[in-house]
This record gives sequence, C-alpha cells and structure tokens, in this order.
Amino acid sequence: MTQTQISTEELILFLEKQAKTVRIEILKMLTIAGSGHTGGSLSAADIVTALYFYKMRHNPKDPHWRERDRFILSKGHAAPLLYTVLALSGYFDISLLTTLRKIGSPLQGHPSSKLLSGVEVSTGSLGQGLSISNGIAIGLKMDGLSSRVYCLLGDGEIQEGQVWEAAMSASHYRLDNLCAIIDNNGLQIDGHCHEVMAIEPIREKWKAFGWHVIEINGHDMEAILSALHEAEKVQGKPSLILAHTIKGKGVSIFEGKVEYHGIAPTPDELEKALKELGENGK
Amino acid sequence: MGSKDQKSEVRSQKSNPPESPHTPLCKRGAEGDFKGGEGGFVATRDAYGDALLELGKKRNDVVVLDADLSCSTKTIKFAKSFPERFFNMGVAEQDMIGTASGLSLTGKLPFASTFAIFETGRAWDQIRQTICYSNLNVKLVATHSGITVGEDGASHQALEDVALMRVIANMTVIVPADGNETKQVVHAIADYYGPVYVRLGRSKVPSVMPDDYQFQRGKAYTFHTGKDVNIVAMGIMVSIALDAAKILKQDGIDAGVINMSTVKPLDHEQLLNAAKACGLIITAEEHSIIGGLGSAVSEFLSEKHPVQIIRVGIRDIFGCSGKPEELLKLYGLTADDIVQKIRESLLS
Repeated sequence: MTQTQISTEELILFLEKQAKTVRIEILKMLTIAGSGHTGGSLSAADIVTALYFYKMRHNPKDPHWRERDRFILSKGHAAPLLYTVLALSGYFDISLLTTLRKIGSPLQGHPSSKLLSGVEVSTGSLGQGLSISNGIAIGLKMDGLSSRVYCLLGDGEIQEGQVWEAAMSASHYRLDNLCAIIDNNGLQIDGHCHEVMAIEPIREKWKAFGWHVIEINGHDMEAILSALHEAEKVQGKPSLILAHTIKGKGVSIFEGKVEYHGIAPTPDELEKALKELGENGK
Repeated sequence: MGSKDQKSEVRSQKSNPPESPHTPLCKRGAEGDFKGGEGGFVATRDAYGDALLELGKKRNDVVVLDADLSCSTKTIKFAKSFPERFFNMGVAEQDMIGTASGLSLTGKLPFASTFAIFETGRAWDQIRQTICYSNLNVKLVATHSGITVGEDGASHQALEDVALMRVIANMTVIVPADGNETKQVVHAIADYYGPVYVRLGRSKVPSVMPDDYQFQRGKAYTFHTGKDVNIVAMGIMVSIALDAAKILKQDGIDAGVINMSTVKPLDHEQLLNAAKACGLIITAEEHSIIGGLGSAVSEFLSEKHPVQIIRVGIRDIFGCSGKPEELLKLYGLTADDIVQKIRESLLS
C-alpha cells in the first residue's frame, strides 16, 4: 500500500483484485504440491487479504518488529493462504511457493515458525491458536504497546474445548487488543458442521462468553473492513468477527464441496479455475 | 504497512492494561510457612515458591501462570508480591499452556505451574505442538509428582510425567533431589533458552546436596562411585539411595550414588564411568519404570556399555491413597527394597 490518500472505493477494488491474486497463487501451489487444503484456504482468502494488505501493521523486512500486529493462523491447515500473503507481502521470494509440502522446504504442510519467517507460531493441531493469541495480547498490554492480535479460527475448530477455555480467558482479562475471526464456511472434513457436531448458535455462544460479536459476509470486502475497524474501537472486551463464508470460494467447481477440504486441484481443475478467476477479474 | 487516518486515530489511544489479576486466597496454613523446614527437611515445592519470588525480584520479564492451584504449587508467593505478573488461568491447563506460549512470544519468561499429572497429561498436545515444536522459552514447573502426593490417591499421582515429557523433541527434563537443588534449578533454567519441564514433589524431603553444589543442566552429581554397584536416582529417591548405600557399606558392599537430576539430556559421561566401575546399575525413581529414568539409563547403556540394570520404580500399576511413607513401602521404593535387590543380584 502507498501512503497516498485513496478513496474507499479504490481501496476495496485494490483488495478485491489482491484477493483474486491470492486465490490464483493458492491454487497454483496446491496443484504443484499435489496435496493440501483447498477449501478452507479459499474461504478465508478475502479476510486474510484485508489483514495483510490493509489492516495490519507489519514489516516484511523486519518480521520481529516489536510493534507489529500479530496474525495467528489457528486453523493451520490453511497454510497455503498464509504462505501466499506472506510471499506477496515480501517476506520471501514468491518462487518458494512451488516448494509447498516438498522435502527440505520451509513451507511445511502446516506452518512452522522455526522454518519460515513471518509465521508467528507453529500451528496445525486445532484449537490452540486462541490461547496463544491471548498470551500475546496480554504481553503486548504489559509492554504498553498498541499492537493488535488477529486470530483466524475455523468453524469446525470451535468444537475443540480449548477454544472455549480461551474464549473465557480473553473476556476475563478484557483483551480488547484481540480480534478473533471465525471462517464460518459450514463444512468440516466429515461433512456439514451441523451434522458432524452442531456448533450453532455461534453468535450467542460468544456473546455469552463476553465477546463483542460482529457478523458479516466474509467475502464482502467493504463489510470486512468495516468489521475490522469496529473491532478496533471496542474497549474492555475482545471482538469476534463471525464471517460467513463459502468453502472453496472463487472457483465454482470447489464451492461448497466438502471433498475439497483436504485435497488439491488436478491440473485440469486448475486450468478451469484460473480461467474462471481470470474471467471474473475483467 | 498501510497507513490510514482512521487507523492512526485508533492507535493513538492508550492501550488498557490487562485486568488486574486476582490474588488467590489460600486456606490457613496452606501456604506452608516455609522457614527452611524441620531438621533440613524441605518440600521442593516450597523451595520453588521461594526461588520464584527471588527470580521475580531479579528479573521483571518473569511471569507466572497457574491453574487454580497456586496455594499448593506455591506460586502464591510470587502472586502476592507481583500480582500484575501473575495470571490465574482457572481450571484450564490447556489454555494455561497456550497463554504461556503467547507470553513467551512477546519476550516474557513464563513459568507455568500446576500438579504434574495435569500439566503433562492434560496439556500434552499443547506442550508438544506449541511449546516444543516452536521451541518456545516456556518453563513448566509441576508439583505433586509421584506417589508421595499421598492421600489424594491415583488420580493425582503422576507416575508417567517424565516419560511424557522426555519423548518430546527440544524438551529438557529436570528432577531436583532437594530444596537447595530446586532453587538452583529455577535460576539456571531462567538463564537457559528453551522448553524445560521441572518435576517437584508435595512432601518434605531431606537436604542431600552439599552446600557448595552448583547445578548445571545436563550434569549429574556423583556422590561416590561404587566398585560393586552404582545407584542412579532422581528426585526423592536420591536420599533413599544414599540410605541404601550406607546400609550396604555395613555389609562390605561398595555402592555408589548418582543424582541424575537432568533426565534429559542425560549425563552420558558420568553414567558411562559408573557402568565401567562395576557390573551392576540400579535406577531408582518415584515414577513408572516404563519411560522414565530407568528407561533412559537402559536405552543409553544397552547401546554404549551393556551391564546388568535393575529398575526400581512403580511397576506398571496405579498408585493409591495413603501416607507417603506407607506408599513408598507398599510400592517397594524404600532403602531396604533397594538393598534387597542389590544383595539378590550380587549373590546370585
């Protein structure tokens, strides 16, 4: 982003275009890797694009900058999404994306903070990111920093009990520098969330735990920006953005299909997908 | 990166401090007014409470987390002096480990304490996935290990914790023998970067380490190298091993004792010396013989210098309620038990 003033319309157009680029890179890297999580990387692409290319203060040249905002990918299987925004931000060369899941690559199947610059903490075992985010949020407050913590959770992930322990703690310690986001795409590996293990009503649950809840369409860039801004203004309690999304969003052959949770596109599917994303880009 | 007007406006607001933590109320006497114990007897958890307080005065990056057991783990002493650096996480061990990890990511030095079985059992995945895989600088100091927890019974007696922690890469495992060593361990691990598990007990134990002893991570302490047998012990079993060696001396058996307080990384050099000095090694632990000190010693010596090894410990069963000394007898962890095993082996 440049420092010059741009209109909200221009900003939204820029971020929508960037989200498309992010989706294209995710699909390409997954096809080359031959395995990985397509659906959940695409469903959260708009939100994470808004964070990395607009909302968050971070510096790819100084990944450990003390005053940076933190992003914790609690749903670690969306690693291709994280790797893409990190590469496009300039944390590492974009050519590295072709090494996803290959032996010797820092781009592990699930993110490893020891191997890749820009990854705050290793994740992959679900349900742990929110507790980590709480700890960071407390630490930042102790240091008097105004940095914020963003934590992306899957909707199936909130079936993990630890998420609710953490939901309680964030509220108890009044972590208003924390914003959790649920990628509510409605699907998990074994099927629809409501069939596997009902998680509704999500909004009421988090409200009952003392959170400020903002419900949005997770693919509406204007709504995403407005929710992130609203979350920043909340005082004395943590915020949750409940983002309704579509698994596999952006590519019709993957959209809403549970089978694309954990598999990569074939070269044929990639071709179709790129065509669709390219056409939509016009 | 991007700088927007609305953003800088929000940033300029001063961040609220986290809610002032609640200082736990301990039942009368539960704090265990620690004045050095009676006749040199000190519970390692009491020594931990004191050392943590000392460390907190020395370093302001130290933060302490507990899961509703601060009166028992003795983190209460730190909590009372530094309420703004103490975080009670409630009865939620997994969240405690995650929060400690997050604090370490902002440069704090977290000590997370609860009972050994809950710390290592309940939160094992969090310790593996978050702390060890990311190699975070989190110190896990657990109390109430082993059967000497006593009356609370099997559910509260960790017999597997050393095994659970030892198998995780990047983890250091330390089991101090007495109060003096515990204090030194607390300061030593604060100066070491990386995940550490420290196993402490509930009951008072005799002071065994010499006054001039200096703990070093990965360095065992050899009291004496025996020509007939060497006993490799950890935790409370060190004093029991020393008692056994005294009894054996009266029989003319030269028994050595090693305090293997760092179970991982194991002190290979001193272990090898002990094995080479005699043909019999006894391991002694208040822990399951599966996966603990006995296993660690056996794994190393069977590859490098095979000798006969007898493992004294809990033999693949759960504990039960009773007084600590009754339980040590019941499970065969007394000096007499060790002596008998050595006599049998040397006479056979």
